[in-house]
Amino acid sequence: MHYDHILIRYAELSLKGKNRKQFEKKLEANIRDVLKEFPAIKVRRSFGRMFVKLNGENGHAVTDHLKDVFGIHSLSPSLKVQLNKEDICEGALWAAEDSLPEGRGTFKVSVRRTNKDFPLRSQEMNKVIGGHVLRNMENISVDVHNPDVELKVEIRDDAAYISAKVINGAGGLPVGTSGKVMLMLSGGIDSPVAGYLALKRGVTLEAVHFHSPPFTNERAKQKVEDLVQVLTRFGGKINLHIVPFTDIQTTIHKQVPDNYEMTVMRRFMLRISEKLAENREAKGLVNGESLGQVASQTLDSMYTINEVTAMPVLRPLITMDKMEVIDYARRIGTYDISILPFEDCCTIFLPAESKTKPNKLKASRYESFLDIDQMVNEAVENTAVKEFSRNMELDEDFDNLF
Amino acid sequence: MIYFDNSATTVPYDEVIDTFSEVSRSYFANPSSLHPLGKEAERLKEQARRRVGSLLKVKPEELVFTSGGTEGNNLAIKGTAYRLQTRGKHIITTGIEHTSTFEACQQLEKEGFTVTYITPDDTGRITKDQVEQALTEDTILVSMIHVSNELGSVQPVQDTGELLANYPKILFHVDHVQGMTKVPLDFKKAGIDLCTISAHKFHGLKGTGVLYIRSGITLTSQFSGGEQEGGYRGGTENLAGIVAMAKALRLSIEASNSGIDHIKQISSWIEKEVSAIDGVVLNSPRDRAPHILNFSIPNMKPEVVIQALGEKGIFVSTKSACSSKQFTPSRVLLSAGFDEPVAASAIRLSFSFENTMEEAALFTEIFKETVTSMKKVVKF
Repeated sequence: MHYDHILIRYAELSLKGKNRKQFEKKLEANIRDVLKEFPAIKVRRSFGRMFVKLNGENGHAVTDHLKDVFGIHSLSPSLKVQLNKEDICEGALWAAEDSLPEGRGTFKVSVRRTNKDFPLRSQEMNKVIGGHVLRNMENISVDVHNPDVELKVEIRDDAAYISAKVINGAGGLPVGTSGKVMLMLSGGIDSPVAGYLALKRGVTLEAVHFHSPPFTNERAKQKVEDLVQVLTRFGGKINLHIVPFTDIQTTIHKQVPDNYEMTVMRRFMLRISEKLAENREAKGLVNGESLGQVASQTLDSMYTINEVTAMPVLRPLITMDKMEVIDYARRIGTYDISILPFEDCCTIFLPAESKTKPNKLKASRYESFLDIDQMVNEAVENTAVKEFSRNMELDEDFDNLF
Repeated sequence: MIYFDNSATTVPYDEVIDTFSEVSRSYFANPSSLHPLGKEAERLKEQARRRVGSLLKVKPEELVFTSGGTEGNNLAIKGTAYRLQTRGKHIITTGIEHTSTFEACQQLEKEGFTVTYITPDDTGRITKDQVEQALTEDTILVSMIHVSNELGSVQPVQDTGELLANYPKILFHVDHVQGMTKVPLDFKKAGIDLCTISAHKFHGLKGTGVLYIRSGITLTSQFSGGEQEGGYRGGTENLAGIVAMAKALRLSIEASNSGIDHIKQISSWIEKEVSAIDGVVLNSPRDRAPHILNFSIPNMKPEVVIQALGEKGIFVSTKSACSSKQFTPSRVLLSAGFDEPVAASAIRLSFSFENTMEEAALFTEIFKETVTSMKKVVKF
């Protein structure tokens, strides 16, 4: 015997009333997409649960992929057995032995019977299965409060599913159920994590990056592309918009006093992002700001910078400490890319001192010497878009060499 | 020319050499340089890693580019031993390993590690149960060759991997140098932690290989130097060789779809013809890798046979190329229980997907003649 299925539980979705079906469908589609590289597997939906039939594919590898899918509450490798007492007992015994290879420990049985035609009730089945395990394993005892192993038996219409461990899923909502947002992606540690957390709540993601050649080099751009590629693991298809930002930055550098340069630059970034978001029918912006982390992220700065847009700006990291963000970045695999030492547009032209309490009126006044609409429109028009998706890590430029 | 020494090395594909020269010419920059040329070279290197990763069905970041099999085996074995020595100092391997594994283990024994060499049966195979019996509280590594380079015996990698899945603290290294493309192996399914492959065994170029290091595992580097290849291999990367390897791997995996059955046919046909010759005994097991066939002509010096065949344009070998210059009986065959006259007179044929049945026919004809004429001059 071996685990031939993975049982998927989703928590929050089941609360979504009439939309539930639509949420489930989206989740199923996302799961299929993530598991594309395992051709033999079959995904099946059944009320309140989903089952992945392994058909010989590696269960660990499949589980690893599923852990990245938002909308999944938990996973359990499961054994599918026929709907009769004997087979269920045998399966449960195997699962107990498998999770206690030494043969020693405590367990409990939790039967859940959604198939009310099955002749034995949950409580009776608990006893039957528990008794069978106790008779066949010598050094094992029951502990219903803190068991080493909880044997979960689900008696469903088509079969019974037995599992002995529960693996936490990524939680959240299925990507594609909460609308579209535009992520402002710098290449640092914070913004990819902000994108990840936005995805967690089910948004579809597009990303915008401001590129200032020659002050920021090709590697900085590559770094951002690599980050987007990582995010596709969680978000599927993501468009990356690369905005040429050199002219705007040099103009600001010339026209605006040093200590307002950063504030004005941020306001331009927000204006351009908003415009791109509107073009792409996105209804919100996401950035990696954390309150008070740097000069541009004080409440006063946010107040002054945020003035230029009426679009919601989501800030998933707003209350996080740097270390918390780093933990996330490590976990999702963006940290090592983010810390590569290439200049991004936020660090060049950085004045010795930036205002931590910039004034709205002053910022507007300094900007009044600039042709804002023209600058923004030009940047938007010259923006290049590149599409990224899962498993699309191959670069056609080099095809002839491989 | 009939080239039947593909386990020593293969003829590189023309396309592979083209890629090598194109990359050497156009992407000569150091991938670590900051300028655009360096950046492009780096991008190409990471592309190669992704492509090799997708061919091997592993994550790109789990691959370290090496110089080949010997380096891969050394890094896997010593890198594990030094890294985990505080956890335990016992290593399990087999009696039919390649010299690089064998010598690495011998070195570790001198440094205070204990090594169990599992004795294979007369088909050159060990069993999962033998591995299980050898396990101790102190065991940190099981290192096993997948396909024996001398006999072609296939070891129970899948079974052993399943066994070791119950011992998460013991690492499992597989020397897959001979098996790559000839005997398919799914690293993930077999629960492998470390796996060595070498490009020139599948029509790539010498000096390139890969060590697969499952994510989550850290080894002690054997080199001091730069940060290249995750710090495992300081030094400017052999970009042209790496890209050429990625190409060789793709081409030879494609060729293996029909190629495996094809060389099986060649191998079993020659087996039948050769065993009918008086004085020839078969060493390889029936159930073996498709590309290796080993037999002996007891009491006849194999070097003489090889030279005689060589004069007629047929190229075969005695034992492993890495130890064939020592005129001693094969360590591997002795370990599998063959007696000395057999172990000292072994001849190994090894095929590639490029070989043909016509070559097989011509070989048997010339081989028969050679053996007959030599029997007249050599005393049995």
